[in-house]
Amino acid sequence: MTINKSAVALVALGLVAPFILYPVFVMKVLCFALFACAFNLLLGYVGLLSFGHAAFLGTGGYITGYMMMEAGLTPELGILCGTAAAATLGAVYGKLAVKREGIYFAMVTLALSQLAFFVYLQAPFTGGEDGMQGVPRGHLFGLIDLSDNMNMYYFVFAIFLFGFWVVNRTIHSPFGQILKAIRENEPRAISLGYNVNDYKWAAFVISSALAGLAGSTKTLVFQLASLTDAHWHMSGEVVLMTLLGGMGTIFGPIVGAGAVVTIQNYLSGGELGNYIHIIMGLIFVVCVLAFRSGIVGEFNKFMKKNFS
Amino acid sequence: MATFLGINLFGLFGQLLVGLINGSFYALLSLGLAIIFGLLKIINFAQGALYMLGAFFAWMALNYMGINYWAALLFVPLAVGFIGILMERFLLRPIANEDHLYSLLLTFGLALILQGAFTHLYGSSGLSYAIPEELKGGNRLPFMYLPNYRAWIIVASIIVCAGTWYMIEKTKLGAYLRAGTENPQLMQAFGINVPLIVTLTFGFGVGLAGFAGVMAAPVYSVSPDMGSNMLIVVFAIVVIGGMGSIGGAILTGLGMGVVEGLTKYFYPEASTTVIFAVMVIVLLTKPAGLFGKEA
Repeated sequence: MTINKSAVALVALGLVAPFILYPVFVMKVLCFALFACAFNLLLGYVGLLSFGHAAFLGTGGYITGYMMMEAGLTPELGILCGTAAAATLGAVYGKLAVKREGIYFAMVTLALSQLAFFVYLQAPFTGGEDGMQGVPRGHLFGLIDLSDNMNMYYFVFAIFLFGFWVVNRTIHSPFGQILKAIRENEPRAISLGYNVNDYKWAAFVISSALAGLAGSTKTLVFQLASLTDAHWHMSGEVVLMTLLGGMGTIFGPIVGAGAVVTIQNYLSGGELGNYIHIIMGLIFVVCVLAFRSGIVGEFNKFMKKNFS
Repeated sequence: MATFLGINLFGLFGQLLVGLINGSFYALLSLGLAIIFGLLKIINFAQGALYMLGAFFAWMALNYMGINYWAALLFVPLAVGFIGILMERFLLRPIANEDHLYSLLLTFGLALILQGAFTHLYGSSGLSYAIPEELKGGNRLPFMYLPNYRAWIIVASIIVCAGTWYMIEKTKLGAYLRAGTENPQLMQAFGINVPLIVTLTFGFGVGLAGFAGVMAAPVYSVSPDMGSNMLIVVFAIVVIGGMGSIGGAILTGLGMGVVEGLTKYFYPEASTTVIFAVMVIVLLTKPAGLFGKEA
């Protein structure tokens, strides 16, 4: 299947999904799918493992929540503010993180996100451990009532498609080609005259802005912004989604996010709820040991082997 | 109460002591990470979980088998080290030739499993472990009260750190280790069993975390998330110090504990974030870290 056919299938699936499944569940999947796509842009296409993406998800969520509750903005402006805040934080964190490579990059981003976590824990406006509750969904452009789940769904779906388009556009642009060159052979990219750190930084900012967009949207869907979104567990979850779905593939993060959210929903309802972290950890171990291409990666390999 | 320039010395020294204790644990954990990184070029994300495991093993040994603190101090690091050896041999070695990011993710998964398992078994509220009889009580010094157990933590961890430093920098075994860090292929060509050294090194580095866990059991509450909270701070410390030198890891660990303690006294609101702030400053001024070797 070509990318275009798959994309058409994705849109068709997204349009009918709320009639088949519970809309809030699909919205949750879409928010995490966008988050994972943003993360995959860095890990899959630049080879940078950020272990601090929860900071951007959390920042988007908190700023949007604050703007909706205290400043009474319309949803689209609230989301815009949240995304801009996450992008700004990403610009600062990115500048610091690209100074180090490989494993150090992961440690720096993790430490920086923990810094953000402690700030949100103590700052008065976030509501500390309780989080921000009862964030209004508001009226889109002042016209469309988003408290209706169907209206909200198609708004979220539009945001998701926009984010997905941005990621794809970035990957297939000349800029994206240079990112891949950096991933494959950084010294060579440097010798060709590219300022590698600037490219990495730009990719980091795009990725954190989209992660912020996902967090902002998630806050509107659940009418809640909480510390969970900024916690390092969340950074780990997005890594898991991308790894399970297939890093460096276009649809992998979406499949991975769908799988992880489904597993979590399934487990948290039943008596296996206590085992959730153990099971997540096991999936990590199995993926790394035996399944490094992920679901979509393995599928692509299978298709290539048998049908071309 | 003794004051100097308006500073309450009793409180200041108290926080300095707490800082030194935390610093001792930071030093032990970052030392373990640095040793493992030196030879395997990986970061063990499970180091915090294994530290937690050390504390739980000590608690379980006391409550289920009646094994006291001193015996636990000897056996628990060996047990944790053995688990580390199994981890290296059966999980990390098969992916040794893949991108190092995979080993990071694998150890992260193991950390989640361990932490999840202990949360499931013992809840997340934490258990208490009594200070051993011999180290109860304390001494009144001019400016502070020094509990014996806390003095013991500082002394014992400095001895272990210094001993490790001596072993790596001054002995023949340490020379093998350093040679393996520089050029494993060449060392293998000289007839030295490099895979064995790698496995033992991993076991030793992880054993240090187990040792730190036993030491921590009586002062911190023994809880499943004690390791992950500590580990992220230790990562920041590793970035600050750079993993180029063993001595650097120890000094940075102790130093950052003291910085944290001082912040707790002068500006308590920032005490959880100060180490991360120091990391940012170091990244801006000396990106390779204070003791880092890379360009």
